[in-house]
Amino acid sequence: MTQPPVNSQPASGAVLNPRLQEIADDFRSMPDKDRLQLLLEFSQDLPALPERYAGHRDRMEPVPECQTPLFLAVEVEPDEKVHLYFDAPAEAPTTRGFAAILHAGLDGLDAGEVLATPPEFSSQLGLADLVSPLRLRGMAAMLSRIKRQVRERQASR
Amino acid sequence: MALPQDSAPKFQEYAHPEMIVSTEWVAQHLDDPGLVVAESDEDVLLYETGHIPGAVKLDWHTELNDPVTRDYVDGAGFARLMSEKGISRDTTLVLYGDRNNWWAAYALWVCSLFGHPDVRLMDGGRAKWIAEGRPLSTDTPKPAPADYPDIARDDARIRAFKDQVLAHLGQPMIDVRSPGEYSGELLHMPDYPQEGALRGGHIPGAKSVPWARAAAEDATFKPRKELEAIYQGEAGLSPDDDVVVYCRIGERSSHTWFVLQHLLGFGQVRNYDGSWTEWGNSVRVPITRGDSP
Repeated sequence: MTQPPVNSQPASGAVLNPRLQEIADDFRSMPDKDRLQLLLEFSQDLPALPERYAGHRDRMEPVPECQTPLFLAVEVEPDEKVHLYFDAPAEAPTTRGFAAILHAGLDGLDAGEVLATPPEFSSQLGLADLVSPLRLRGMAAMLSRIKRQVRERQASR
Repeated sequence: MALPQDSAPKFQEYAHPEMIVSTEWVAQHLDDPGLVVAESDEDVLLYETGHIPGAVKLDWHTELNDPVTRDYVDGAGFARLMSEKGISRDTTLVLYGDRNNWWAAYALWVCSLFGHPDVRLMDGGRAKWIAEGRPLSTDTPKPAPADYPDIARDDARIRAFKDQVLAHLGQPMIDVRSPGEYSGELLHMPDYPQEGALRGGHIPGAKSVPWARAAAEDATFKPRKELEAIYQGEAGLSPDDDVVVYCRIGERSSHTWFVLQHLLGFGQVRNYDGSWTEWGNSVRVPITRGDSP
């Protein structure tokens, strides 16, 4: 299947942070089959939940836009550093993979950098033909919920 | 040469026991020549995390659909796909997958459009195989290409298009979506907001039988008597009926198509794969809202 040409920058002109940019470049430099393999590797590297969240989905936010159950939690430290926590079952490797990409690309960044992530980031990984658009929307939904939580945390100070 | 049927008593009660095998049967025949086992999942990465040893992957999204037109692959495309998977016309093809075999049933339905002579579902799918502690492998098989003929797809027998459904109004129809989608309260499947439609509701006259009611808790199909109670009892269908089934894009209804045609032996069942994403976006087609047909 031929891939449509992918622009290196989002249409909105927003720029990816260097970590997300590197992830996007990695994905796009590969043939289709290897992209899925890379997504699988991400899914395997999703960090386990810390004790305060493990088994406590009530302390996390459900993301119903994903095709399989996914829960996330966002913490913003006093110095504005953002930490992300995801809970997704092993039987949902695609969802786990997307969560892991967001974790690798955003965890530990400043709130402002997280908020500057372009909403259409998920469409820049060259995965649209491989995993169907509806799954990518799940990733976009995770991102928008992360940003909303970051804003809420900032506002509640 | 076709492999033997699974003689498990539960299957003998079904109208077409040759269409279904157990996990135990698959485990026993895994190395038999003439058998190809294929996994078809909703999650495109699940196969890669581990699958039945020797099983190939069959992807509904990238392989069974035409990449441009909303349609399935044509005869040449199907022949190429089967050849790549090491499947020839006389191969016994056993399909299994996640989510109660939802996508495996869809793949089976597509294979049936091309009249593949011997294609079966593994009862209980991936979940049952794993629950029984059977082995998984992450080795991707590299089958030798097989000869598969270019067979014209036959859309007449088991597939229905919108115009045919319009002509079918007033005759038996089953809507297999969730109750909220059926009533029109939801414009999409719960948790699947992107495959929406502009209008909610159901095709007038269609009865609501959510697809997963055919599955037991362990993802296997319910025994024939229980299926009869649902489809012939509650829904009032008869095996002689001309039935159209639909859902949102035609995958969940493939599962119900399999139940009606192969487990209950209905003679004329067609899957309307345009389903609600077509009907609910079409101009001036009739729609009914609410819980009643």
